[in-house]
Formats: sequence, C-alpha cells, structure tokens
Amino acid sequence: MSESKFVYVTYIRATPEKIWEALTTPEFLQKYWFGVHQESDWKPGSSWTMRMPEIGVTDAGEILEAEPPRKMVIKWRNEFKPELKAAGYTRCTYEIEALGEVTKLTVTHEAPEVMVAAVSLGWPMILSSLKSLLETGQPLPRTDKPKKV
Amino acid sequence: MSMDRVFKALADKSRRRLLDRLRAKNGQSLGELCEGLAMSRQAVTKHLRILEGANLVATRKEGRLKLHFINPVPINGIAERWIGKFERGPLDALADLKRKLEGTGK
Repeated sequence: MSESKFVYVTYIRATPEKIWEALTTPEFLQKYWFGVHQESDWKPGSSWTMRMPEIGVTDAGEILEAEPPRKMVIKWRNEFKPELKAAGYTRCTYEIEALGEVTKLTVTHEAPEVMVAAVSLGWPMILSSLKSLLETGQPLPRTDKPKKV
Repeated sequence: MSMDRVFKALADKSRRRLLDRLRAKNGQSLGELCEGLAMSRQAVTKHLRILEGANLVATRKEGRLKLHFINPVPINGIAERWIGKFERGPLDALADLKRKLEGTGK
C-alpha cells in the first residue's frame, strides 16, 4: 500500500520544555485539540488513546519513542471508522528544536494513502491553536463544522 | 515567523504554482518540481528558498534527496486572524457552492 507523508512546521515563542508539556498533559492537550482527549504516560512502549466526549475512543496506539523535550513518535490507528481501522497504523513524529527565542515544532505524519484526508484535515488548525495557547494563553475557538450546500 | 514574509512569498505567481504542485503531490524533490516548468532549476531553487523562509514549505532529507512539503500552517494563521468564530461554516459553504457552479477548485 502506498504511503503519504505530511510535514507541518510551526514556530512558537515558548521553550521546548513548555511545548513538551503541552504535548503530554491531558488537560493542556484538550484545550488546543478542540475538546479531544488524549491519554498516555508518554514512555516508549506505553499505550496511547484518543477519545471524544460524544464518541468514546476514536484512535489508539503506542508510544514508540519519547525523548523529552526533543522527540516523540506515536504509532497511531483510527479505531472508530472501520475503513480507516482496516488501513492500519500511521506514524506521527513530533520534533522540537530550540532556535533562540522561538522553538520549531515539526509534526510529520506518515499514513497509508487512503487516510490522507483524515490525517491532513486537522493539523494546521491544531498547530495554530497550540501556538495561540502558548503565546497568548488562549486556544482558538472551536469553529462550526462546514455545512454542505 | 512574520506575516509579511508569507504575503511576499504568496505575491508571486510562480511560487503559488509551486505550492499548487506540492498540494497535488506532497514531498517532491527539486528535480521533480522542475519537470514541465518553464523555469530554470536556479529560479525554482530561489523560489523554494523564499517559500521555505516564509514557512510555507518544509523540507526533509531522505537519503540523498531533499524533499519539499507544503506547510499550510501559516495560511491557517492568516485565516484565523481575519475569519470570525462563526464564519467558517458559511464561508466553507460559499466556497463549496462556487466550486460546484464554476467546476473548479481555484
């Protein structure tokens, strides 16, 4: 099966430690993930789950690498939509690099071709929301889902 | 990352074309991006450098190749700045309608 890769980069005025905290603290994550909850103890080999209040567990997987505050790799599979679950695991890598006053956060998400839409839809919004939360103390408001014409 | 750089980078037709090509196929090498373009390799390199400087393109080394990826995060930042909390839904619907009527994504 062919794989697709996405690379998202954002520069945030915050320390790598603060960004690591934002990536690994459930209450913090929930704020910029628009209510989505993530749970793990963020150690290599540990399980990882994502849940939404209305649905329950939507995604699950395993922490493959954790190197605070520099790098984390998550093996990630959708558990909620049968066609996405069947497509198998994706691999999500966070890389954090201090560059003077700002920190570069790179998210690389590799996924089977059929999952491209599911994977690529949310990241720009989530990263903008994280940046806003760390720099201003406020996440971005949750916007309405697009309505179909 | 300054918004000025993003607007300057987007102000050029050739650079928008390069972003279109990356949107159609993400993770291309310089060679792939040059194919079929009426631009010298040197010009493409220069445009890519400007796009990377504006954080609109991210690069990764894979073996001997440097691959280019479209990074829409700064464009989302622009949208967040001027699009209000409750406007996204109606705006998406309008864009959808325009696409359907005109039969184009642009």
